[in-house]
Amino acid sequence: MAIDITQFHETFFEESFEGLDIMESGLLNLDIGAADNDTINSIFRAAHSIKGGSATFGFTDVAEFTHGMETLLDEMRDGTRDVTQKSVDTLLQSVDCLRELLAAARDKTPVDSERVAVVHKSLEKILSSEGGSNISTENDEHNENSQTESISERSGWKINFKPHHDMLKTGNDPVRMFRELSELGELTVIVDISQLPTLADLDPEESYLSWDLTLKTDVEIDLVKEVFEWVIDECDLEISEIVSSTDDTAMSSETQDRENEQGTENISSEPSSQAKRQVAKPGVTEKSTASTDSSASIRVSIDKVDALINMVGELVITQSMIGQLDCDFDDFDNSRMEKLRDGLTLLERNTRELQESVMRIRMLPISFAFNRFPRMVHDLCQKLDKKIELRTTGENTELDKTVMEKIGDPLVHLVRNSIDHGIEMPQARKETNKPETGVIELNAFHKGGNIIIEIKDDGAGFNKDRIKNKAIERGLISSDEHLSDDKIYDLIFQPGFSTAEQLSDISGRGVGMDVVRRNIRELGGNIDVTSEEGKGTTFTIRLPLTLAILDGQLVCVGDEIFITPLVSIVESLQIKKEFVNNIAGQTELYKVRDDYIPIVRMHEMFGINVEKKSLEGGLLVVVEGDGKKAGLLVDELLGQQQVVIKSLETNYQRVDGVSGATILGDGTVALILDVDGLIDLSRNTSAPNNSPDNSVLAVA
Amino acid sequence: MASILAVDDSASMRQMVSFALKNAGHDVVEAVDGQDGLQAAKANKVSLVITDVNMPNMDGIALIKELRNLPDYKFTPILMLTTESAPHKKQEGKDAGATGWIVKPFDPDQLLATISKVLG
Repeated sequence: MAIDITQFHETFFEESFEGLDIMESGLLNLDIGAADNDTINSIFRAAHSIKGGSATFGFTDVAEFTHGMETLLDEMRDGTRDVTQKSVDTLLQSVDCLRELLAAARDKTPVDSERVAVVHKSLEKILSSEGGSNISTENDEHNENSQTESISERSGWKINFKPHHDMLKTGNDPVRMFRELSELGELTVIVDISQLPTLADLDPEESYLSWDLTLKTDVEIDLVKEVFEWVIDECDLEISEIVSSTDDTAMSSETQDRENEQGTENISSEPSSQAKRQVAKPGVTEKSTASTDSSASIRVSIDKVDALINMVGELVITQSMIGQLDCDFDDFDNSRMEKLRDGLTLLERNTRELQESVMRIRMLPISFAFNRFPRMVHDLCQKLDKKIELRTTGENTELDKTVMEKIGDPLVHLVRNSIDHGIEMPQARKETNKPETGVIELNAFHKGGNIIIEIKDDGAGFNKDRIKNKAIERGLISSDEHLSDDKIYDLIFQPGFSTAEQLSDISGRGVGMDVVRRNIRELGGNIDVTSEEGKGTTFTIRLPLTLAILDGQLVCVGDEIFITPLVSIVESLQIKKEFVNNIAGQTELYKVRDDYIPIVRMHEMFGINVEKKSLEGGLLVVVEGDGKKAGLLVDELLGQQQVVIKSLETNYQRVDGVSGATILGDGTVALILDVDGLIDLSRNTSAPNNSPDNSVLAVA
Repeated sequence: MASILAVDDSASMRQMVSFALKNAGHDVVEAVDGQDGLQAAKANKVSLVITDVNMPNMDGIALIKELRNLPDYKFTPILMLTTESAPHKKQEGKDAGATGWIVKPFDPDQLLATISKVLG
């Protein structure tokens, strides 16, 4: 019965891409000249698996391409070929190529066959060059063993089969072979027991028998040999032709030799050539399941799923516990009230745990984002002639999948910047008494409900004067403005800012940093930078654990309830008249210790009618967003709770100062405040002369 | 039908082998590498072992050697799954005690045909 092997394709692609990652990181870790055998082995294994799988599942071009890589790796593994930079680089290119080939096979899209051919060629060039054994192209030796015997006369085969003593120990049973032979024709078996010892001397695990077999058939000798293929080295075998109507005289006797290998190769080559035909015209395959969107699935460890199932189990128990309470409310005494309360407490705990477990399913280790960097650093170093070591810590820190996908590009940008602008050329580093090899560190860790990602280099650091001059040149600041270090560093995040003296195609034209910050803010995170000239620069990205749930403080303004993200609240205080200052008759500032922060009257901002409009005695929630503080004037502080974020844009439209909405326990909808946006909004209404771009600089 | 141990570090191959075998009515025990396979073989007495050769932790050759040292597996058929048509690999496997081999690429029907021969 035919089995549809396309059902295994998805797994094959998944593991192949994983294999490519293993190969890539392995290749990057190889020490040229003194390569570690385990690493080469793991790279080889990955290539080997891809080759085996692709051949089995009918991706012939992938299999053919991988074959060259495998051969090269095999030679490295055997030690017959030295590990050179050139071969490692070619292998890396081959990994890229293979990735494209696999993606093309998966998505059923065409490949850049020219590029593939180029890489394939350079691979073959290495293989044919000195320092390695010749390429074993197993396909070359396709059988020429066309048997030239006169078929017409033949009526069968006479076989003398004498197993060696230990043949049984490989699990090969002569009976199995005879059964197989009998399927080829009429078989007569005569056993020779002359070698059988006496019972006392007999070792039941040894083989003492030999057989004379007569097979009446018209099949070729290859099929007969195939039966004995596995035991060819464990027996004496003679096969001779029986010519019809004559006696048993052998016309052409043939002793077995290595030739039989070709029997297997014949068989194995068949499906692959079939597959080739199918692959050659991908458009025709009727089973082209709509190109599978691989990003739509997520791999979850069994532990997480088990935890989830456990939770659900507990939830069911709690539910039945509450259900058992007799719901006759006329007769609801205290003891039952107690039980009900217990049950609800339990339910709350279950819900929270369940929620956490479900959230964890979406979490992936940050190594998913970090993995691409070793290769990038390697490639850029070669391009720029720099020496850089990449160190990563906290690769297992987990991050929401969506956050992970969106943080990739900003990270790439920052690392590129560090390589291009941060780390100096080896010579320059030597002159400043630094080690020639620069270090870039990628660190990820948890801190207070957030994920922190650090990109740290020990390069040149920022030149504050140069940043300032550039900002003046660009009209971002006025020349007499005095700025703190933080403010100066903040300038690099302004749109269109670049200090690179020479534009390069690596980190581009400096258009990126504002985009980097915007992307990170869109994820509800922020980015800070610290730098010391001559010592290096550190970018610190702070990200929320998840995008779907938020710890919020409920506040009341008039009849409306708003949710303020707990992370952005600094403190809440009652307003005292003497600390309120008016600037230019319009902006109200409140003095909090040594800081002056603008007051945002929430009811004005959102057009809500409130009874009490005076500041005196009002509640001020001090919030901080993006380094800026503001005080939100609210009527009342309600409880804190976790809320599920619902997008406003998908259901309504974007509203400034609001990041989303949620549904409260009583079913009403509450808006979630966008603290950064709110602060910007308040600045723009209170200080209309400031353009949004330099509002950053105007903050006290 | 028979109970069969399938050892392969490649999930897709394992899936395919296992699916084909189960489809033919066999019981299948899966293992992801030699070490895992050895444990599985000790825990379940199977009547056939199909193993990949190149695997992490313990490769197929080492697994075969280990299995042959177990009284339960002295004569149990063990097949290697291999892309290495190089004779020395097969020889290595044979020396370790393998019954025979199946050369990749193969399709499920070829696999079933081969194992039905071995199982009789």
